[in-house]
Amino acid sequence: MAKMLMKGNEAIAEAAIRAGCRLFFGYPITPQTELSEYMAKNMPKCGGLSLQAESEIAAINMVLGAASTGARVITSSSSPGISLKSEGISYIIGSDLPCVIVNVQRGGPGLGGIQPAQSDYNQATKALGHGDGHIIVLAPDSVQEMAALTAEAFDLADIYRMPCMIFADGALGQMMEPVDFEAVPVRELPAKDWACTGTGGKRVHNIINSLYMEPEALEKTVVERFERYKKLAENETKYEEFMLDDAEYAVVAYGITARIAKTAVINARRKGIKAGLFRPITLYPFPEKPLNRLADGVKKFLSVEMNMGQMLNDVKVAVECKKPVIHFGRTGGVIPTPEEVLEQLEKLAGGAE
Amino acid sequence: MAKTLSELAERAKITVISGPFGAGKTNIAVNTALALAAKGEICRVADLDTVNPYFRSADNEKMLAAHGVETLVPEFANTNVDIPALPRDYNKIFTGAGYSICDVGGDADGAAVLGVSREDYLNAGCAMYFVYNRFRPLTADPADALEMLRHIERVSGLRFRGIINNSNLGAETTSEVVREGVPFAEKLAALAGLPLEITVSPEWAYLPGTAAIKDITKKLF
Repeated sequence: MAKMLMKGNEAIAEAAIRAGCRLFFGYPITPQTELSEYMAKNMPKCGGLSLQAESEIAAINMVLGAASTGARVITSSSSPGISLKSEGISYIIGSDLPCVIVNVQRGGPGLGGIQPAQSDYNQATKALGHGDGHIIVLAPDSVQEMAALTAEAFDLADIYRMPCMIFADGALGQMMEPVDFEAVPVRELPAKDWACTGTGGKRVHNIINSLYMEPEALEKTVVERFERYKKLAENETKYEEFMLDDAEYAVVAYGITARIAKTAVINARRKGIKAGLFRPITLYPFPEKPLNRLADGVKKFLSVEMNMGQMLNDVKVAVECKKPVIHFGRTGGVIPTPEEVLEQLEKLAGGAE
Repeated sequence: MAKTLSELAERAKITVISGPFGAGKTNIAVNTALALAAKGEICRVADLDTVNPYFRSADNEKMLAAHGVETLVPEFANTNVDIPALPRDYNKIFTGAGYSICDVGGDADGAAVLGVSREDYLNAGCAMYFVYNRFRPLTADPADALEMLRHIERVSGLRFRGIINNSNLGAETTSEVVREGVPFAEKLAALAGLPLEITVSPEWAYLPGTAAIKDITKKLF
């Protein structure tokens, strides 16, 4: 069958299985539950393991253990659950292990709510866990892209030996769209010669560890890791440009908000406003260079998010104050409408130069 | 075989729409109510989804009210209170005038709500239909769909009356997509020993011989 009609949560699970992942460790939470359920139903069918751990903390440490053996492994949760995982994620970063982490975001802080949000942007891109370090953050905007980027996430994690997050939200997780899994590309991957798989008495044993006795030794690993981040930014930064060629007003938005903004941009064009959309697909690494180039052409930026203005600061840094950047957002589980974004564009276009 | 959704719903006081989650039960339930209302019949939709708090009949309360259709909505639907609750006026399903259309939650878990008041459904007179979509991954295969169908019957204590074929690919549905689903729905019907009562197609991809339905799913963008 070429295409299937799937929820975003299901598409991530199916894409993970198709990417050769046979290990899922998780703990249920709304609005990502369909992902866990899909894993529970389908992992046993393909010889895999889907395990509901006793907590998010247990699950992420199972991921650490599984990743140490070089196995492809995934965990998923929603905002409060990701916070619980953050210690384990830091350990995984410090151990240079690949894994995929899914955040189907909901409103926060605290227990917050169960409706969609993007308010974990700063957490995902700046500080998911303590210490100097990063994870790759991918922000799909459709169910098809949730499948494609999940496959990509496993490859990127393996190539750069670091955790990769699928940064989704309750709307993307719950909504249904057609998906074609055959359209997912395949990359060449390095051998996992670092994995702890037993020496067979034929080689020196590998060590997976994030503890260092000498500060200089620790510094060396961190500096080396940041060299890898540089390569990652050079080679893997992804974004989409929509109607930007002659645009005067550039909306910057990712994920579900980008879909909403796209409709607003089309409607703004119909009203004679030269609007366009810049959609970061990698939130870390953030597409700074193309945004900076864009700043030479447009008059103003409108950063739209489901939060109080978190990516806003990354956009400002990227455009180096060349042009004003204005934030528009709804938060707490409220989804902005295309009409609200259009209203903001009209305000920008009508305002003083 | 029924030619229209209203014809289907007129067979019993209560029409229960059940099946796998994501099969399009809410779409069918709401369209059935709209079809009855268009004929001047009194009817109501009961949002009985105790499984998944998103994309539910309650989303259509205002639109349905404009067509004279009452929606029985759980008090906390579309809030952050994620608890399996029933509408406070649940009994109207059995006692209200005219017809009741029940939009049940997905899978056998969703059907548990029926089992609790099975006798009331049987006494008031009900017909339960299984919504099938060839393009949903876990129940695409008629054999898997049959397993789900039997599971729902065990949990609800009710027997299905027939199959509603809602095979679709969302916004990418064409009449060809609808046509592709028919032989699989027929196979499910044969396996289950039930009639394939009706095939529906969206207005923009109308397939002759099927019932056209509106896409009433909440639009975000």
